[in-house]
Amino acid sequence: MFLQTWFLPFALLVTATMVAIPLSGYMAWIMDGKYRPVPVFGWFEKRLNFGDQNWKQYTVSLLVFNTLLFIYGFIILSLQPRMPLNPRHLGMLAPTTIFHSVISFMTNTDLQHYSGDVNFSNFSQIFFCITMLFLSAAVGLSALTAIIRALRSDKSVGNYFLDMWRVLVYMFVPTAFLFGLLFLQQGSPMTYKSDYQVATLEPAAMGTTPDGQPKLQTIVVGPVAAFESMKMLGTNGGGFYGMNSAHPFENPTAFSNFFNTLAMMIFPFSLVLMYGRMLRKKRHAWVIFSVMMVLMIGTIVWAVHFDTQKPNPGLTAHLARTYQVLDASAPGGKRTVSVPAVAGLPVDQHWGNLEGKELRFGTPAGATFAAVTVDVTCGAVNAEHDSLNPIAALSPMVGMWLNCIYGGKGVGMINLLLFLIIGIFIAGQMVGRTPEYLGKKIDARVVKLAIIALLVHPLMILMPTGLFAGTSWGLKAETNPGAHGFSQMLYQFSSASANNGSAFDGLAVDYGFNNNSSAPPTARQWDIAAGLVMLFSRYLPIVAPIAMAAFLGMKKSSPFSAGTLRDDTMTFGFLLFGTIVIIGALLFLPAAALGPVAEHFGPIPFGG
Amino acid sequence: MESSSQVKLDRITVEEHESAGEQPRPPRRTKLKSMWTAELGKEAVKEAFRMLRPDIQWKNPVMFVVEVGAFLTLLYVIRDAFTTAPQLVPISYFIALDVWLFLTVLFANFATALAEARGRAQAESLRRTRAETVAYRIREGDGELEQVPSTSLRSGNVVIVETGMVIPSDGEVVQGIAAVDESAITGESAPVIREAGGDRSGVTGGTRVISDRIKVRITAKPGEAFLDRMIALVEGAIRQRTPNEIALTLVLSAFTLIFLIVVVPLWPMAWNAEQYMASYLGVSGVLKSLGTDVPTLIALVVCLIPTTIGALLAAIGIAGMDRALQANIIAKSGKAVESAGDIDVVLLDKTGTITMGNRQATEFLPIGKYSEAEVARLAALSSVADETPEGKSIVNAARIEVEAPPDATFVPFSAQTRMSGVDLPGGRSVRKGAPDAIVTFTTRQGGRIPEGFEALVDSVASKGATPLAIADGASIAGVIVLEDILKPAMPQRFERIRKMGLRTVMITGDNPLTAATIAKRAGVDDFLAQATPADKLAYIRKQQAEGKMVAMMGDGTNDAPALAQADVALAMNAGTQAAKEAANMVDLDSDPTKLIEVVEIGKQLLMTRGALTTFSIANDVAKYFAIIPAMFAGTLPWLNAIDIMRLHSPTSAILSAVIFNAIIIPLLIPVALKGVRYEPLGGDALLRKNLLVWGLGGVIAPFIGIKLIDMVMVGLHLVH
Repeated sequence: MFLQTWFLPFALLVTATMVAIPLSGYMAWIMDGKYRPVPVFGWFEKRLNFGDQNWKQYTVSLLVFNTLLFIYGFIILSLQPRMPLNPRHLGMLAPTTIFHSVISFMTNTDLQHYSGDVNFSNFSQIFFCITMLFLSAAVGLSALTAIIRALRSDKSVGNYFLDMWRVLVYMFVPTAFLFGLLFLQQGSPMTYKSDYQVATLEPAAMGTTPDGQPKLQTIVVGPVAAFESMKMLGTNGGGFYGMNSAHPFENPTAFSNFFNTLAMMIFPFSLVLMYGRMLRKKRHAWVIFSVMMVLMIGTIVWAVHFDTQKPNPGLTAHLARTYQVLDASAPGGKRTVSVPAVAGLPVDQHWGNLEGKELRFGTPAGATFAAVTVDVTCGAVNAEHDSLNPIAALSPMVGMWLNCIYGGKGVGMINLLLFLIIGIFIAGQMVGRTPEYLGKKIDARVVKLAIIALLVHPLMILMPTGLFAGTSWGLKAETNPGAHGFSQMLYQFSSASANNGSAFDGLAVDYGFNNNSSAPPTARQWDIAAGLVMLFSRYLPIVAPIAMAAFLGMKKSSPFSAGTLRDDTMTFGFLLFGTIVIIGALLFLPAAALGPVAEHFGPIPFGG
Repeated sequence: MESSSQVKLDRITVEEHESAGEQPRPPRRTKLKSMWTAELGKEAVKEAFRMLRPDIQWKNPVMFVVEVGAFLTLLYVIRDAFTTAPQLVPISYFIALDVWLFLTVLFANFATALAEARGRAQAESLRRTRAETVAYRIREGDGELEQVPSTSLRSGNVVIVETGMVIPSDGEVVQGIAAVDESAITGESAPVIREAGGDRSGVTGGTRVISDRIKVRITAKPGEAFLDRMIALVEGAIRQRTPNEIALTLVLSAFTLIFLIVVVPLWPMAWNAEQYMASYLGVSGVLKSLGTDVPTLIALVVCLIPTTIGALLAAIGIAGMDRALQANIIAKSGKAVESAGDIDVVLLDKTGTITMGNRQATEFLPIGKYSEAEVARLAALSSVADETPEGKSIVNAARIEVEAPPDATFVPFSAQTRMSGVDLPGGRSVRKGAPDAIVTFTTRQGGRIPEGFEALVDSVASKGATPLAIADGASIAGVIVLEDILKPAMPQRFERIRKMGLRTVMITGDNPLTAATIAKRAGVDDFLAQATPADKLAYIRKQQAEGKMVAMMGDGTNDAPALAQADVALAMNAGTQAAKEAANMVDLDSDPTKLIEVVEIGKQLLMTRGALTTFSIANDVAKYFAIIPAMFAGTLPWLNAIDIMRLHSPTSAILSAVIFNAIIIPLLIPVALKGVRYEPLGGDALLRKNLLVWGLGGVIAPFIGIKLIDMVMVGLHLVH
């Protein structure tokens, strides 16, 4: 039992680390331009690299590229009815759905307010989704490279377009090809065909046509294997199907599930080590790696322990309870309320909470995947997060709140840098020197940029959640009122702000086609709000850190001495860990108390 | 060889001057009796209330937010006082809350005011000791002499100064002529002539008349002499923020903003929960928890924002300057003290810092036909009339009574010959001096250089000692070995400096060989031999180009360019005006080892800031656990499960957190003023220790403190 529960997470962490060690070396080698390109590529790279850029030019290139990406995505999705590869004649999407989806995919979030198999043609899946899966992931990685070069005080932070090319051609395409073949072998479809019409085994299982004939089942297919590999490798997470990695075509077997999970881990793991290699601070990188590892183990253990090893409280018996609530109108200002006893259902809960899990992956696969997918900011899901035990659902939320447990392509490491700078600034002074990182003094300008980038995240999660929780925009979208409904809203904005893209589900936010007469009443508000949150939470925390690194890099580097704060020791690890936990997680404690914590301690059925 | 011995001799002459001019003076400590004199306290309390003025409080953004919160709460108290509708919690809760919010601000202001008052008092007492000289003033009208303290002299007063007296203030000589020792101001020991009329009539306060009697008309207003100006600068600098302090204020403001972002949306979130609970429990009407109660939300903000460090930040900075003052160091700015903590390289003058001021003869090495005793006798003979410390040490080392014949003529040292000695009756002339000068001297008289002389000189020099050759007429008799004597316990001291992460560099006029040996013996990391002022400047620039921060101590005018270039420059008070102007600190005790003390003060300042910031933010953990359940348990009673401190009631929990948050400020004032003790353990060990004490301690302490306050309040029946 112990082995069955813990083997999967253990094997994943070990394998990902083993892959990351050589892969990070390869990545550093590529990004430092030490390779010799094959002639055709060399010719192209020479033309692509129009010169070294300073941080401002690099940032402008990045932003211009993303603006073009937005325009491109908007056009592709708007033209869906007029484009080929659409034999099902899927129609026009709602404008807010397009707005939300374009931002979602371009920011590497992949929060989906639509269902891929229902709303998107294969043309949209290929030319919008798959294109974005590659490009958006490359953006974050390029930004991190620029930051590393700035921190090394290189003459230039590199060329944005050359970086994008290197990431895409030398890293993403080969790995995606490899994983694509693997998923293909395991049973994922790979075709331009749109769907199969099949007769169901049970007659008329899909209902009957007006003339009495049994309806055929439509089974949507497409280039799933290719989609799936980059969805995971690029920590995108937006599924080809609405069911995402729980769908048997996206993730057919327990074996494919292992590689599905592994695929989203390898690049985030490697990036931390690449950071160390490129800066020539390997030990320092391993300290950061270890802190992230401890946090990741923490989130996995928390999720698995409270979900796979605990019963679903909705099915167990509960005693009657009485509570005193404050009520100014009642005598004495207090009112006693009793909650009746609930009889348990005769269900074997030996294997924990199985609600919303795909059992072909094994029992701990859902909780493990849930923790990993938020830690690395992927956002793919292979289980229903809405159905996790309430307190277990805290694990994915914490992962998104911290947003730096390995984190997404490049941005996870960037976020960690912000915590690191703030941590050094506050506690690093305790060695009796003005705070410095990599020998460079952290002055007011640097710390200001770090704080701005760090501030965006709580702002973009808590303010919109408050807004929607306090108005009908949120109340009308909740499918479960109370603490659980609140968790759904909190999760939605956490996912948007962390550029994660996983959904708690259960919120009525999918508008879909423009002519959808039964669209949820506040889907538009959610589209726009979540879209804006993703936008701000993506670009501010990329631009500000690039500037921060540039300002740091411009400073003279003071040499290491016995009195300097060492950044490659366990003590430093504790400093970093403490900063992340106290500053990153505690900000969200009040909100957590009203959501998952209230649901966990509350009576059943309460809010769920 | 030629040029090095040149420098050696020049160096000796400089040292002669220094040792003649500088008397060892006892360290003068101007300590205040106690930190808590009633007078200081009273002044600080008054100031704390004055600082409540929004335009002053605004300068401390964290505490300004608390003040705004306190005034907002006051509005709620007033509103509740006039309402008859049933209230969620008794009005006494709001009153208590508001009182403690105001107290939080006042405690913060008190901390700042106390530190300022202490700094001012310190500077004032310093100024008093400077000025406590007696002046003999000619009374206007009857022309009688009266004895007055120098502080009461006004511009235009005329005073009489006689031999041995200190000139009480800046002025000009109106009558008479006198030799004045200005070494206290200029560092030059040779007396200068000051006389009435002409260019040489100006005299400076603090200098001493060593002969004759002059009448001086005072030209300076009281309190405007050089040191007074420096002290005034310090008092002004007390209010200036240093770069690191500005950055920290920024971070603290940002944290305040972040916690506002956390707390503001709590209102609709709590409202959402209240709405649902009312329908879930079937309660008619609206359920209200403290989560939608504005004063409680204000209390949460105040507890979460870094008030502890926000309150003590100014005090820490002022206390840093104050500690420098206590060590009799006057820093021109707080920035200088702060930078001292970052110093990577310390330039120390060899003489007076690493070694005893002067070299001493330790050995006499004969050559050719001479015996050791003969060399000793000749050496002693040549030095009988030599009053320099080296000369005296030669006579002592010879351990024989020598008396020069009465008709002998002594030849004093001159920069041209670079020799001194004696001409005995009968034409025999004995000289001692730099080896090359002696070589010239003997060859001119037709003598020969004995075999092995050069090797002997080199072997002495290679051991780090200074060779002086002895000429007996036309022949060279031998070599006197002059050695530098290390000050006691120097290697241990340098070990401590090295643990602090500092590199020590010895500056000396010696040749590289000598310098290397002394450097090795003393345990310094590097040395700069045959250092000219330009060399020093170039060395500092080179170190700075490598990103290092350099500290140096200097006294002479030729040190001024290097002092101006160094990041931390400490001038001795006995040094020249130019050196003092170029430096950013002046040491009143003129103690060359003070530099190390300055670095420790700087480190202590930064550590204290880091420690209290860490403590302040770590405190939030416990406060969350006290306040969050209390806020929401009114409607979600089961959230009491996360009330791990098991506090008495929601109101007592919130009050306990607010009270803890307030009283931790005065409790930590002593730490802010005294500073966290610095130990040279190395960066990692120091961080580990402080993280344990202030980080982990900061997490744990409030759990205990809040629980205790809660228990006390329950015990005193203050809450129900």
